[in-house]
Amino acid sequence: MNRVRKARKEGTAESGNQESRKEDSSIPFVLVSWLADFLLIFSCLPVFLIHSASAAPVVIGSKKFTESYVLGEIAKRTLTDAGIPAEHRQGMGGTIILWQALRGEQIDLYAEYTGTIVQEILKTDRPLSLGEIRDSLAKFGVGMTEPLGFNNTYALVMRRSEAQQLGVRTISDLQKYPELKIGLTHEFLDRQDGWQPLRERYALPQQNVIGINHALGYSALANGSIDIKDAYSTDAKIEQNDLTVLNDDLQYFPKYEAVFLFRLSTPTDATAALRKLEATLDEKRMVRLNAEAEQTKNYTRAADLYFERGAGSRNSVGESFPHKLARWTLRHLQLAGFSLLLSVVFGIPLGIVASRGGPIGQTILGFASIVQTIPSLALLALLVPIPFFGISVRTAIAALFLYGLLPIVRNTASGLQDIPRSLRESAIALGLSPITRLWEIYLPMASRSILSGIKTSAVINIGTATLAALIGAGGLGEPILSGLDLNDRVTILQGAIPAALLALLVQWFFDLLDRVLIPKGLRV
Amino acid sequence: MSALIRLTEVGKRYAGAAALQPTNLSIERGKTTVLIGPSGCGKSTLLRLIIRLIQPDSGSIQFDGEAITAENIDTLRRRIGYVIQEGGLFPHLTARANVVLMARHVGKSHEEVHTRLLEMCELARFSNNLLPRYPAELSGGQRQRVSLMRALMLSPELLLLDEPLGALDPLVRASLQKDLKEIFARLQQTVLFVTHDLAEAIYFGDEIVLMNEGRIVQKGSVTELREKPADPFVSEFINAQRGLASL
Repeated sequence: MNRVRKARKEGTAESGNQESRKEDSSIPFVLVSWLADFLLIFSCLPVFLIHSASAAPVVIGSKKFTESYVLGEIAKRTLTDAGIPAEHRQGMGGTIILWQALRGEQIDLYAEYTGTIVQEILKTDRPLSLGEIRDSLAKFGVGMTEPLGFNNTYALVMRRSEAQQLGVRTISDLQKYPELKIGLTHEFLDRQDGWQPLRERYALPQQNVIGINHALGYSALANGSIDIKDAYSTDAKIEQNDLTVLNDDLQYFPKYEAVFLFRLSTPTDATAALRKLEATLDEKRMVRLNAEAEQTKNYTRAADLYFERGAGSRNSVGESFPHKLARWTLRHLQLAGFSLLLSVVFGIPLGIVASRGGPIGQTILGFASIVQTIPSLALLALLVPIPFFGISVRTAIAALFLYGLLPIVRNTASGLQDIPRSLRESAIALGLSPITRLWEIYLPMASRSILSGIKTSAVINIGTATLAALIGAGGLGEPILSGLDLNDRVTILQGAIPAALLALLVQWFFDLLDRVLIPKGLRV
Repeated sequence: MSALIRLTEVGKRYAGAAALQPTNLSIERGKTTVLIGPSGCGKSTLLRLIIRLIQPDSGSIQFDGEAITAENIDTLRRRIGYVIQEGGLFPHLTARANVVLMARHVGKSHEEVHTRLLEMCELARFSNNLLPRYPAELSGGQRQRVSLMRALMLSPELLLLDEPLGALDPLVRASLQKDLKEIFARLQQTVLFVTHDLAEAIYFGDEIVLMNEGRIVQKGSVTELREKPADPFVSEFINAQRGLASL
């Protein structure tokens, strides 16, 4: 309290004439801040509806690969052990998504690699010292721990047998074999420190280069569909799949030392706890934790290994499958249900306007059709950079809402247009007011078509909601995505089967609803 | 007695072609005026102009001395009943709901509506037991009776009928014709009746208005039309229909 008052005093003393300027702009300022408050409240609404409100925990993010999951779990455990409530949002996406989530205050911290920070976040070609990186990040309000102890650099890997047969030991050796097929993760293909400069530096001649999911890439490598892929040097799969890491003889790959990035506004007790992790994890240990995580699919247990607890000693930390399934399903229904509600609330009035035709009607139908043609992944990616949305449940709901719009708008419009002219005219000739005509005559007559539009939207939403997991919004997409990441069919099915059943159930529910909502006279 | 409806130089064009050439016409109170003529002669257009389902390009229409405008049409429509060939009943509402829809909309009390509904059933010879049925569960003749009840529910000063019996089979049609005529007489109803059937026109019409190609050719009693035809088309039309009837 004292400090605040003192600071305010200093402010007044130092900048007397700034004060008057401030007053001039006070009305717009109040307006803006009021508007901001309003937006904030509004924007939190969906989240409130979904989260039961509680004391804000420290939110940890992680990227979509095993090591990031494990580091996230380790951070969570560290904070929890220090008595700080923490929450881990697993596998939110790639570097840019995590960085934006950090800056947008959707997460408080996540594990990152120094090379990635320099190349992808600070976007510089010059090698920077840790001090320089720290200073640059501070400008964004972001802090960085000391390295955790291991260097997880990028590497190119090959099957050991093929490498021996061809005599390939270094990346330079690849120049002699232009026919080799290369499969790279999409991130590596696009990164500034990724494939393009690597190919230039080593003058690699290979033409057959495809983008492939990281985990699927290992299967492709094993069955010979590709010969070379990118990997992380601490990847557990390298040992498991009997692969060999090609020597980076031209020292192309920068150092990728693992650190934690955190917002400077994070409470100091949390960052202090986090700093205890510095220089405690060497490469061998990290490989072991990664291997444990991939074998057991239990990141919490792998993280516990770091704290030197026996792997199988306690199973209390792991969430039981029925509990997980209930959580996924509930979230899935919330995502699909809330977005469907929005689609109905906006879609029916838009459909009514569209049914009148004309330029406005054409525009509405055109817009709704265009939204439908945007691939769902692209739509999510388009919404994420918008400040209001970001990496959140809001974004998922907004995307699902937009997808659900077209069937409802189109069916409402066509249902209304299909009403015979003679009946429209009878309603007019009776002298009913326009509102009554719409509400008591036209909409009930179009109810079958409108309901079938809503049904289509609901089924589409149940299916598309699986993608919400891509941006950390949860739902049944969560097991599907982690299953894809880990190339684990059982995990995929844990999400896919309930999602399919849910779609059937929704279809059945709406068939039942038809009987209640469509007037009996239309069913005779 | 003054005319209930007066058309002054009322014209309507569709895509350049005249659906109704500038026309003058008065509809007398308490009488049944029949508009007759071949398809496309403009008789339905004239009816639809009066209830303002379409708007005239020129001229004015007066209802009870008051010009019909976009502003007052909603009130005036409650003083006009309108029945079309297919009945125009709303399929999602029961016969009862169709009939009482407008009375309920203008805020009449439950008892008042119910009493009037029973009067209408009696008048239109429609069984009470059929009131809970949906239009799809009624015969064509029953549907037209419900449609008539709906049109008469608020005791309109004017009843507009656009080929109300056109879609019915001959037996049903004959019995409805008889009932309709009785009803008009009992209520001393002002009726404007559109048909293309001369026998029906003669049966109902105190006054017959023969139309062709968007204009009124002749107006008068059937005797006048037969004995003093205004032009050759009148004789041709009457003879053609009579020839058919004598078969």
